[in-house]
Amino acid sequence: MSGYAHPEVLVTTDWVDQHGGDGGVRVVEVDVDTGSYDEGHVPGAIGWAWDSQLCDTLVRDILPKDRFEKLLGDSGISRDTTVVLYGDNNNWFAAWAFWQLKIYGHPDVRLMNGGRVKWLSEGRELSLDAPEVTPTAYSGSEPDLSIRAFLDQVREASGSGAADMVDVRSPAEFSGEILAPPGLPETCQRGGHVPGARNIPWGKACAEDGTFKSAGALRELYAAEGISGDKPIVAYCRIGERSSHSWFVLKYLLGYEGVSNYDGSWTEWGNLVGAPVERGA
Amino acid sequence: MKAESFSVTELELAGWPVRITSYRIGETWHAKADNVSPGANIARAKADGREQAEAKVIERASARLGATRRRSHG
Repeated sequence: MSGYAHPEVLVTTDWVDQHGGDGGVRVVEVDVDTGSYDEGHVPGAIGWAWDSQLCDTLVRDILPKDRFEKLLGDSGISRDTTVVLYGDNNNWFAAWAFWQLKIYGHPDVRLMNGGRVKWLSEGRELSLDAPEVTPTAYSGSEPDLSIRAFLDQVREASGSGAADMVDVRSPAEFSGEILAPPGLPETCQRGGHVPGARNIPWGKACAEDGTFKSAGALRELYAAEGISGDKPIVAYCRIGERSSHSWFVLKYLLGYEGVSNYDGSWTEWGNLVGAPVERGA
Repeated sequence: MKAESFSVTELELAGWPVRITSYRIGETWHAKADNVSPGANIARAKADGREQAEAKVIERASARLGATRRRSHG
């Protein structure tokens, strides 16, 4: 697909139409709007709710390993299952799920290019039925934290310039004009961005139909802001899901090394006492 | 069952660009509003007709967008 470094991590809606029901394939819908699955979904797909099933609901954190293993086991997924993820908002939380599956080492995870809206707009078949699932005893790997950035690493990167920081929020969030996307609750005390970060909104990686732009166009997009993969890259947004999308682009479509997702994102940095903040474009 | 009569329109509500997506699944019309930049869903509605679903979603989105404050940092 379009010269991507790892084209095997993307499938088309056509592919899902033809192979979504194959043995060894599990299609999973993960939406921002968790009610979307119940409106109608890809036949045979199961649904995961990002706000209750893909995070620790007590401590702010990703799923702990035992709960991750239970979720995948309950979903009928084995280590050799091909997991195909898709969702609304051009796969925001599908990419978040992809990132967690890679943290726990699932070998074959793919995104359906264009996500839920492409499936709907193409008039493809929808189902209201949740499929019957035979549970498995899933065993994940120890977490690969090289693809996850924590606060101390971001502080170090911001201060030393040893890594490129990419803020994938909208320009108005980046500049500090607004504290959250329009219409959503404000969840931080200060507006602005991590000093030194470049603003490359996640949506610039997508074409009009929601699919990813070509590798050449993506490379140009990031290079125009000085991001060329010559040093580690940390992507962040507000809560870590939009930056999962950009992390996916940088790591898998462009093949850059040392790309991590700072899921603490602005809701962590923008609430820290004493953290330096830059404002403006 | 399929999504039919899929439609996307853009308009401005409470000073913010908004994208309204509507379609019919079975006998039900669905409408969603997102905030274009960054594209997050801010309201959804369903009704027996497209106009009713879109009117509901516009009302809900307007209420949410009206609460968003712009800050100036002089």
